[in-house]
Amino acid sequence: METLIIIVAGVLVTSATYLILSQNLIRVILGTGVLTHAVHLLIMAMGGFSGNVVPIIGEKGNTYADALPQALILTSIVINFAVAAFFLVLAYQVYNRMNTDDLSKLRRYYHE
Amino acid sequence: MKINEVLLQSVTKIIVFIILTLAIYLFFSGHNNPGGGFVGGLVLASSFVLMLLAFDIETVKHGIPVDFKLVAALGAAIVVITGLGAVVFGEAFLTQTFRVFDIPVFGLIELSTVTIFELGVSLTVVGVVVTIILSISEDVS
Amino acid sequence: MATINLAILLPFIAAILLFLFCRNIKKFHIGWIVLIVPAILFITLMRQLPQITKGNTIINSTSWIPSYDINFVTHLDGLSMIFGLLITGIGTLVIIYSIYYLATERLILQFYIYLLLFMGSMLGVVLSDNLIMLYVFWELTSISSFLLIAFWFQRKGSRYGAKKALHITVLGGFAMLVGFLMLYNVTGTFSVQEIIATIGQHKDHPLIPAIIILVLLGAFTKSAQFPFHIWLPDAMEAPTPISAYLHSATMVKAGIYIVARFTPVFGGEAIWFWAVSVVGLITLFWGSLTAIRQTDLKALLAYSTISQLGLIMTLFGVGSVSLHPNLNIETIIYSQAIFAALFHLINHSTFKGALFMVIGIIDFQVGTRDLRRLGGLIAVMPISFTIAMIGSFSMAGLPPFNGFLSKEMFFTAMLQLKDFDIMNIQAFAGMFPVIAWIASIFTFLYSMMIVFLTFFGPYNEQPDVKVEEPKLGMLVPPIILSLFVVGIFLFPNVLGDYLIKPAVASIYPNITDDLIGDIALWHGFNTELMMTIGIVIIGIILFIFREYVRKIFILFPRSLSFDTLYNNTIVKIDIFAKKITNFYMTGYLKHYFAYIFLFFSLVLGGALLYLDAFSFSLAGDQPVDIFMWIIAILIIVTGIVILFSKSRLTAIVLNGFIGFSIAMLFVLLRAPDLALTQLVIETVSTALFLLCFYFLPEWKPFVIEKRKKVIHIIISVSVGVVFTVIALSIKSGRLFESVATYFEKADELAGGQNIVNTILGDFRAFDTMLEVVVLFIAGIGVYTLIKYKKDKGADKVED
Repeated sequence: METLIIIVAGVLVTSATYLILSQNLIRVILGTGVLTHAVHLLIMAMGGFSGNVVPIIGEKGNTYADALPQALILTSIVINFAVAAFFLVLAYQVYNRMNTDDLSKLRRYYHE
Repeated sequence: MKINEVLLQSVTKIIVFIILTLAIYLFFSGHNNPGGGFVGGLVLASSFVLMLLAFDIETVKHGIPVDFKLVAALGAAIVVITGLGAVVFGEAFLTQTFRVFDIPVFGLIELSTVTIFELGVSLTVVGVVVTIILSISEDVS
Repeated sequence: MATINLAILLPFIAAILLFLFCRNIKKFHIGWIVLIVPAILFITLMRQLPQITKGNTIINSTSWIPSYDINFVTHLDGLSMIFGLLITGIGTLVIIYSIYYLATERLILQFYIYLLLFMGSMLGVVLSDNLIMLYVFWELTSISSFLLIAFWFQRKGSRYGAKKALHITVLGGFAMLVGFLMLYNVTGTFSVQEIIATIGQHKDHPLIPAIIILVLLGAFTKSAQFPFHIWLPDAMEAPTPISAYLHSATMVKAGIYIVARFTPVFGGEAIWFWAVSVVGLITLFWGSLTAIRQTDLKALLAYSTISQLGLIMTLFGVGSVSLHPNLNIETIIYSQAIFAALFHLINHSTFKGALFMVIGIIDFQVGTRDLRRLGGLIAVMPISFTIAMIGSFSMAGLPPFNGFLSKEMFFTAMLQLKDFDIMNIQAFAGMFPVIAWIASIFTFLYSMMIVFLTFFGPYNEQPDVKVEEPKLGMLVPPIILSLFVVGIFLFPNVLGDYLIKPAVASIYPNITDDLIGDIALWHGFNTELMMTIGIVIIGIILFIFREYVRKIFILFPRSLSFDTLYNNTIVKIDIFAKKITNFYMTGYLKHYFAYIFLFFSLVLGGALLYLDAFSFSLAGDQPVDIFMWIIAILIIVTGIVILFSKSRLTAIVLNGFIGFSIAMLFVLLRAPDLALTQLVIETVSTALFLLCFYFLPEWKPFVIEKRKKVIHIIISVSVGVVFTVIALSIKSGRLFESVATYFEKADELAGGQNIVNTILGDFRAFDTMLEVVVLFIAGIGVYTLIKYKKDKGADKVED
């Protein structure tokens, strides 16, 4: 199961990297979003899985899923949302003021 | 955003209350079951999003005259202050504590400082999410 | 006793209180409140004086970072006492003076906050026993000096002077920090007292010469020693109270303090003696020579300060010899040099402080401090004249002022140098008194210039200005200082017994009191007196022919000065840095990302290959059920399809799809909390995306070169492969036991059954708290980004 998750994460990282390298601001932002998903999967896989148990005491005997990665990811999800919102608004304002979402055009705008 | 669909609005009026109940349930169940401050706050915020989708901003703002920036600030303040509370009692910063009380009618009830902490988290989440959504939709409309 | 610790903290606390509560005081000048702080500190220190005079020291320790031997340790002995009293005493006078000098200033609150910041950090420097604490306060003095020099930041000169001072002093401070760390390496302690106690065992350590050079670099830059003196004249752009306080009485003496403090550590080393005394001597000579050519009174005083600091430095250098192991301390009295150094240090603070204040008064009342435009002020400003005369004559080394006594002692020390038969001193011993004598002639010359060119001669009527004595409050501080100038001459031994002897004792731990002589007013007709008489005669002759003297400066072209070197270096560094930065900071986001990704795949991938760390095994994997397969394949397919989406709507929907699939995956991975959160977040953020996207332009068809596309594909595939390979290797070869079992006690430790939430709310609540703060900042960021409107335009700034 871990191996499969890691491979899924790897594919997402590849895809995210390609998106981030593109010219379009929105694609860059989407790329960071995909990258976050990949990292979440990576943290999950690094923690290891222990079968059909949840990290809640009192359910099904004495073994529990590793709770630490889950707590880390929970934090990450919320922060990711905040940062994504910030990026989005940034892109939105950039487009409002400069009338383009093409990064190489933005660069030229800055130089003129 | 001016979507004046009667159906959506009527459904929203009912659904919002269900969502709010769910949010409060999730908030309190977080201690022993899935849920907690984050999810509770997020669900609460999503009910506002739904309202914004169904009605226009002016109506929502009129119905809920709350400055959500202040809500977020209040939440962040609560989080930090509960941390300082432990310092007052000579414990390390952010030490949480709990005690089980036997209250008549309700039976054994566990009260914990984590709940206050989580309340702060929820308020911040609600405040921030709604602030973000509101400020964007105000600007674009 | 925690009094001394509190004494350091008091100015900082006062600064905060001032900022919080005194922002809107208009009725009276805020300086009157600030005045309380140095006054209290002065009295507090005076109360400790009897203890110190008895030879006791007051040590006070509070843990700070004990695991690194860094503690908040204060150590009050005779040496610290002198500096502490100077800082607080002159600080009090300067604040009274500035209340009148800066009566109409707008940013007065900032001025006093900076001043308090300086006072606290300077006290910290002289009272610290821990080297790291000393260093922290040392840099704080540099920073507060920077802020104070740039107080009139609208002026270009102020900003230039502030930057220059900061560059040079921080450079030296950094060298000193390296020296301190080396010293820690050698001795194993940061405590100065312990270092003094144990340095004997490490005398032969190969790092000692390097430490000496580095520590002295710090001291020389701060005390404006040649060739680092160039910052001090430019620092005169500061308001005059600041020049009087920081740049003549206290901060520039921090370097001298360091030399004094480390004399028991390094005294007796040849390199210490030669470095301190020769640099001091050159500074003394060069400072006094350059002072003569100045026409701006403040610049003249700046160079004079440089020269006087050199004099004190030389004395400390000479005094350090008596700690040489081959000398028997019982039989020599060269410790008199240290005595003279401390004596002159106090005297210099009194007469130079008075002079600075008088020149501030002249500037304030007349509107100029240019020697060529001043003259004849004696008729309108008799009190100022008296103060200036006392100060200048004391500086020139004339009786009946305190400068005379310390200058005589200086000559004695210089003349006695020939009796040393160690470290090749005798070969050069003749050089010291001669240079000192010539420098003293120049000192006499510029001292006379201050008095006679300003107050005598024809009176230049200034248009629109009625020149008169200033308000009494402005005169009181310099009058007090000049009373000290005379008083110390009359009763030198009061000062000697109560202040200087304990200080000498803290520099020479083994000396007894009776080895230090008393100060005598009259020595008889000895060489020293003859030297002074010679100075007066030649000085008067030179003063009469001063126009010819100035011509010798044609020999020193301005372009060969250290100032030019500094300016060129700064410009060159700017150009160089710009070139380098422009080379890789192209302004294209994708280039930056490419650097990051290339670094990631090359370095990490390379390390993986080099260390042959790759391993792969399926052992320990949980079985994969059919749902997992479906969702995994869905995510992979979506992840690839999103690259080819032609419209933004498709892309958003696909992104949301990945998010929801991951939520499903969390369900299968037994993470209910994550699944819940992910579901809600994904809903909200998809709504947010759509909201924004609705107003963004349609995607144009991508026109991207084939070549670039291939490069992008190569980069992303290599990043993905390196990522996967590393993750697989880590998974297959676990090195550590999981810490998760600890959190499984959540019920008893935190009273909750949901382990994830107890971690968030209790075990790792700090993370959550900071996360909430990040969330809040992001929210405020979004809000301001949207509401942000262009600024109306900053204050007018001259450039």
